[in-house]
Amino acid sequence: MAKKMIRDVIRDTIDEEMARDDSVIMLGEDIVGGMGSAGGPEAIGGIWGTSGGLWAKYGSDRVIDTPISESAIIGAAAGASLTGKRAIAEIMFADFIGVCMDQIWNQVAKFRYMFGGKSKCPIVIRMPYGAGYNAAPQHSQSIHAMVTAMPGLKVVMPTTAADTKGLLTQAIRDDDPVIFLEHKALYGLKGEVPDGEYLIPFGHARQVTQGDDVTILATGMMVGFAEKAAAQLAQDGIGCDLLDLRTTSPLDEEAIMDSVERTGRLLIVDEAPPRCSFATDLSALVANKAFASLKAPIEMVTGPHSPVPFARELESAYVPSPDKIVAAAVKAMSYRRG
Amino acid sequence: MQHSREALIQAYRQMKTIRAFEERLHDDIALGEIAGFTHLYAGQEACAVGVCEHLGPADYIISTHRGHGHCIAKGCDVVGMMKEIYGSSDGLCKGKGGSMHIADINKGMLGANGIVGAGAPIAVGAGITAKSTGNVSIAFSGDGACNQGTTFEAMNMAVVLKLPVIFVFENNHYSEHTGESYAVGAESMTVRSAAFGMKAIKANGIDFFSVYDAMRELIDYCKAGNGPASIELDTERFYGHFEGDPQRYRGKGELDRLREERDCLKVFRTKVTEAKLLEGKDIDAIDTEVEALIERAVAESKAAPRPTAAHVLEDVYISY
Ligand SMILES: Cc1ncc(C[n+]2csc(CCOP(=O)(O)OP(=O)(O)O)c2C)c(N)n1
Ligand SMILES: [Mg+2]
Repeated sequence: MAKKMIRDVIRDTIDEEMARDDSVIMLGEDIVGGMGSAGGPEAIGGIWGTSGGLWAKYGSDRVIDTPISESAIIGAAAGASLTGKRAIAEIMFADFIGVCMDQIWNQVAKFRYMFGGKSKCPIVIRMPYGAGYNAAPQHSQSIHAMVTAMPGLKVVMPTTAADTKGLLTQAIRDDDPVIFLEHKALYGLKGEVPDGEYLIPFGHARQVTQGDDVTILATGMMVGFAEKAAAQLAQDGIGCDLLDLRTTSPLDEEAIMDSVERTGRLLIVDEAPPRCSFATDLSALVANKAFASLKAPIEMVTGPHSPVPFARELESAYVPSPDKIVAAAVKAMSYRRG
Repeated sequence: MQHSREALIQAYRQMKTIRAFEERLHDDIALGEIAGFTHLYAGQEACAVGVCEHLGPADYIISTHRGHGHCIAKGCDVVGMMKEIYGSSDGLCKGKGGSMHIADINKGMLGANGIVGAGAPIAVGAGITAKSTGNVSIAFSGDGACNQGTTFEAMNMAVVLKLPVIFVFENNHYSEHTGESYAVGAESMTVRSAAFGMKAIKANGIDFFSVYDAMRELIDYCKAGNGPASIELDTERFYGHFEGDPQRYRGKGELDRLREERDCLKVFRTKVTEAKLLEGKDIDAIDTEVEALIERAVAESKAAPRPTAAHVLEDVYISY
């Protein structure tokens, strides 16, 4: 076990997989950095520091620094993955998905099905996402609902250093396309990471706290916020069953239902806006499959129906806070029928 | 150089305003006064001003993530811009957009833009409007943005529709940490633009007069109904890609050399004083005036009202 930051875990995991399997390649803007400059290659190693040293080790045929061309990055990664490689593509900010949407949605996601199951496209698309940097409307969004809605994609949202290793290894070895969403605000988070080979199968939630009163479902940065809220609620005698869903597709329905059947109350925390969202999706699922267990209306704490604003005060008002989570849990607890 | 004294003073004032604005931001960001990602335009002033000194409010420009210079050159209120970057609700965009999204549609400034390559197609649309009014539409792009498919599509469409659009490629030789020679496959942006079927020229992006004269030619060409044009400006960026960039891609002594030899403000001063068009004291007076303006902009920004949670849901057509 070593203690590492999530950004280093990403680098090291890719390193281990590239060493293990020659077919693993990487593509992205500035993932080497410094190409064609006086300072020379490796001037940055990815603007998030997630690929330092890999070019020196594996060379330009496997660590491919690209022009600013997101459509061609995803298309090229897709083409390579259809023809025997395992490509890891980096989209510098998840917001830039708009530029390469066709390649993801109509190409990568559909190959296997559309070609009658005769193809595989083992591509991993890494996308840093989320608010917290005051990076304004085009660099702060949480896009997981959009990709979760697309049949043919697996969607992963790790929140701890250990999970990052286990889920990224799984993603790279997976024969299907995986969208790997990295919350920007978590890159610097440190945690113990298992040594050696470590895989976490998709579709298994992580139990963060245990309690019998309210089930809280969260992803990404919201997991830590919910954990804070749960600690505060525990002091008031409210026990929270907090699940970090880890993958939004496949989804660990079993863990969700088991928990809701036990607590009878559900609170969903989602950084994204509220309509047609991951929160509404989970809510519909539970309302449909565990209606009889519910003792109170399902509560949702989400961002508002607006872009993510720039100013410090505005961004912090936008992002769900531990206080709002506490208030929603208390509301669920104090609900009385009729 | 057939420029009136007033025109020269105005051009220099604009360039100096951009420089002082950016230098002040550089300092204030280091002090932690400003949130978010900020990309400074210092070094490239001759480009924005050399282009925009030809334009009026009915001509359009669209900018990039490095937009402060274009905004100032197109006439955006400097105090309102500073307030925006400081995140005040009194800012030009009410603190919603910040540095990367400053816009003033009434001034023909269609926005800085956080998505590299997003501007050129929008400039084509503004070109449809501009064609109907006898104006022009300008798409500012960098040497990195020139590789985006959206830029290619926009160039071709502008040619096909014969629109008065000018694609201005500011070649500062880097896209983030990557050198232009690595990422641009063609020999130059000019060669590439010409291949799309448009008039394409180069100018010296650290010399206001070179940019200004070249733009005169292109604007006349576009207004005469010949379709779009492109210009590649050889220029330099004096700060990092964003504030906080360690700039390890630079060569040893590169920045010192650029500031010494390729500073468009120094070039301007030398040219106009040697040609006896302005005196050193004229320029010094502008420097003093501009410094006072920036000082006032910062003071007002620090005292300006802050947004509250209620502002988050302003300017949305509906909330849930
Ligand atoms: C679609 C998209 N891809 C990538 C980025 C990240 N990014 C921001 S600026 C930039 C480099 C742009 O280089 P260039 O066009 O030369 O402009 P300069 O920064 O030199 O002004 C990159 C890659 C982005 N904002 N949008
Ligand atoms: Mg550039």
